[in-house]
Amino acid sequence: MTSDESPIVLPDDPSFGDDVQVDYPGYRSTRLRAPKRPLVTLPEELHSVDGPVFGDETVSELDYDLTRQHDGEPLGERIVVAGRVLDDSGKPIRNALVEVWQANSAGRYKHQVDQHPAPLDPNFSGAGRCFTDDDGNYRFITLKPGAYPWGNHENAWRPAHIHFSVFGRAFAQRLVTQMYFPGDPLFRFDPIFNSVRDPKARALLVSEFDLATTQPEWALAFRWNIVLGHGGSGTTPLEEGHA
Amino acid sequence: MSLPKTPSQTVGPYYAIGLCRRVENELVPLNDPAAIRVIGQLLDGEGRPIGDGMIEAWDAAGGRWGRSGTDADGRFSFVAAKPPALQGAAPRLDIYVFARGLLKHQLTRMYFPDEPEANASDPVLSSLPEADRAVLVAEQEDGAVRFDIRMQGERQTVFFAL
Repeated sequence: MTSDESPIVLPDDPSFGDDVQVDYPGYRSTRLRAPKRPLVTLPEELHSVDGPVFGDETVSELDYDLTRQHDGEPLGERIVVAGRVLDDSGKPIRNALVEVWQANSAGRYKHQVDQHPAPLDPNFSGAGRCFTDDDGNYRFITLKPGAYPWGNHENAWRPAHIHFSVFGRAFAQRLVTQMYFPGDPLFRFDPIFNSVRDPKARALLVSEFDLATTQPEWALAFRWNIVLGHGGSGTTPLEEGHA
Repeated sequence: MSLPKTPSQTVGPYYAIGLCRRVENELVPLNDPAAIRVIGQLLDGEGRPIGDGMIEAWDAAGGRWGRSGTDADGRFSFVAAKPPALQGAAPRLDIYVFARGLLKHQLTRMYFPDEPEANASDPVLSSLPEADRAVLVAEQEDGAVRFDIRMQGERQTVFFAL
């Protein structure tokens, strides 16, 4: 329990579906930042409005490989993270800009605000970008990020995760989220992970170990598909229920 | 078939290492004759600046996009051009707000202060109560257009469902 009355992890609530509880009390920074008033429904159909298109110059050739951005190799467990970006009908989204950022293998971000007393790695910046191919595939080579402490509550630790930012075709398909690793013992203590109240939806944030993509003598692979919202017309009843 | 969507998670406090590696806050170049500076402050429920937020601005009519992190004073800035008015709608920028503590990005709109007639007949703006309309229209300030975003409180910015 935190010093206020909010438990850090609330019981599961499948009625949230694939939505996140934006005012989740266990994540204390939501208190002054989550909007208090109900969202206003737009009369026009925003879902058909295209989003930004990014030119080839947005991504450099080695941006997908976070282990080759410096003179030397970074320390840690090298991994492949790959998957597909799909719309909710299962169709691949090609040419989607996927951006990632993460802590190094010691659990430290290369960011001035991060003061976790774990070493920075001069050979690891922890950021990557790529475009999906014609089948919606993305692929990064990186290191398994470390868990790290944060000040949300006593002895609070974030499960290892990689931040993802994705632009779909439609403006409404924008997604920023976090990918986790299977079987992390910190899952049940983490309010950010548990702010997705439906356990089935929460499982969608967890990658799978993938032996088929694992490269012998070189790197384990984790597979994680990303499903963006509707890019055509109309909203699902679930979206309306939590509007 | 409808696949469940991947849920949203917060952008967190360290997004800048991944998302602000280069300057991307110019929807049009500074030397564009139509360029306008768009500035603003992102504020929390106690009126304090949110120093680890990120704003994305999308001019759907002109096909121009940009993003800006916020500084320690919660300030963001863009260089934009006023989009053309489309189908009876007033010119606007679509704005996404991201921040630590915000588990899902929020959608709002910025309308332009020098378009009183178009704003008055805009279907979305005119459907809102007067106080909410005022919150979505930027203000002129020293040659720039100022659009503050308040996450909570009496003058909370209007956020829209996606």
